[in-house]
Amino acid sequence: MTDRPVAEMSFEEAMKELEGVVSQLERGDVALDDSIRLYERGAELKKRCEAKLKEAEEKVAAITLDGDGQPAGLKPVEGL
Amino acid sequence: MSDLLDDDAPAPQGGQNNPEYTVSEISGAVKRVLEGEFSHVRIRGELGRVTMPRSGHVYLDLKDDRSVLAAVIWKGVAARLTTQPEEGMEVIATGRITTFGGQSKYQLIIEDIEPAGAGALMAMLDKRRRALAAEGLFDEARKQPIPYLPEIIGVVTSPTGAVIRDILHRLRDRFPRKVLIWPVAVQGANCAPEVARAIHGFNALTPGGAMPRPDLIIVARGGGSLEDLWGFNEEIVVRAAAASRIPLISAVGHETDTTLIDFAADKRAPTPTAAAEMAVPVRLDLLAWVDGQSGRLTRALTSGITLRAQRLRDLSRALPRADTLLDGPRQRLDMLSDRLPAALIRAVQLRRVALSDHAGALRPALLRRAIQTERRNLAVASDRLSLDRFRADLERKNRDLAGLSRRLSDAGQRQVRTWRQRTLELDRLRLTLGYEATLGRGYAVVRDEAGEVLTTRAQAAKARALEIQFADGRLAVGAKPSPKPGSKPQTPPEQGSLL
Repeated sequence: MTDRPVAEMSFEEAMKELEGVVSQLERGDVALDDSIRLYERGAELKKRCEAKLKEAEEKVAAITLDGDGQPAGLKPVEGL
Repeated sequence: MSDLLDDDAPAPQGGQNNPEYTVSEISGAVKRVLEGEFSHVRIRGELGRVTMPRSGHVYLDLKDDRSVLAAVIWKGVAARLTTQPEEGMEVIATGRITTFGGQSKYQLIIEDIEPAGAGALMAMLDKRRRALAAEGLFDEARKQPIPYLPEIIGVVTSPTGAVIRDILHRLRDRFPRKVLIWPVAVQGANCAPEVARAIHGFNALTPGGAMPRPDLIIVARGGGSLEDLWGFNEEIVVRAAAASRIPLISAVGHETDTTLIDFAADKRAPTPTAAAEMAVPVRLDLLAWVDGQSGRLTRALTSGITLRAQRLRDLSRALPRADTLLDGPRQRLDMLSDRLPAALIRAVQLRRVALSDHAGALRPALLRRAIQTERRNLAVASDRLSLDRFRADLERKNRDLAGLSRRLSDAGQRQVRTWRQRTLELDRLRLTLGYEATLGRGYAVVRDEAGEVLTTRAQAAKARALEIQFADGRLAVGAKPSPKPGSKPQTPPEQGSLL
């Protein structure tokens, strides 16, 4: 269990740690106090994962290029 | 007949009827014929020597097993060729034949050049692949991991067509994301430079800028012929993919098509749809997984607490009641309290008996008897301590000494007597065995004047005086003159008789 703030974690990191927390807790060899702290950490990680999964926003844009082929701007793409 | 022959005789000069050409005229005529006939031809052959002078024009030879055709590519054409001519390459050259009257030559002006057949292209591809691999561009160590869940996906492809649609559909199914499309030509001469510029361009974006930088790049194109996909084999594209610091998935053509960008990419997808699958996980699966984890988390905690509670109950059941805990000790206390007074009395009695036992034996007679015993012991010891014993011992030792002295002197006298007797016997024997006894029997010993015994006549003749010893004494027999003058006169008569 790391002390890294959950809010800074990527989905994959949060997912990995959540898995670790769950299996640690399931093994049942953690002291009662620790197991409660682990549970709270796990709940936080789960929330983070869910939040990341909720951010499933689709937004498609195409880059517009100037005469030299350099990117000039963004143009939303619809209907693809 | 002969007329005919005669008429025909000037025949060799008959050509005079044909028009006469100047050299330039015939040159021009040939030029017109050739350029008219071969104004657009496709010629297949192997490229011979290729030279590129500073002018920018390219001069080369096209050849097969029997003939050679000189060819030239003008500077402007050379710049836009998709296939750069290389010696030994099998090509189909398109162009027109022209002559070069100044040198009586004809040549092919090339407008376009393309590798002849898939075999030649493949050979070229293989050569390029090996060269780039030798540089290490395809090394496994260079490959970057693909992010598990990218936030923004950059797609380098044609903005129209099935490919981008397939990718977006599959992304939508799995996990809708932000997608940035960098439009490029996916075939033709512009393909390679545009794709390379797009890869560089995505890498050049700053994270969080007006145009957000993607976490992942997909370079995609649908299936096509080898020539259609050729842009993705170009060195600039391969190098751009290898240099990309953003992880890159290549998805060019169908499963069976392999282009060089596939080797340089961090991951190769067989199709654009597969690239979308590699790019993102399935959102619903992950949601289910998170729910599952959450359930396991709660179950694990509850079961942990339940187990502990159960254990607590079990232990408390095993704990005995407080009052029963005291029953045994209390009973023992009662028992011991009863026995305490009796034990004290008994202990005193036991000690009193022991005291009287010891006190009874403590009387004066006991002491007196002990003193008498000691006194007796003293008397015995004093008796043993007397001079008589030493005196008797001394006498006995004196007697022993006298006896031994006597035996010693007796033994000495006896020994002397024996030795004397033995001496007499030996002397008698000596006299018997000595020469003097033989003298008595009539023998004599002859000596010379020095007293040396003479045993031969020769010795006696030499001696100046003789002394004869008889049994009763010695007799000197006259002194003879020196034997030297005596012996000399004896020799002359011997010599005289000889004379």
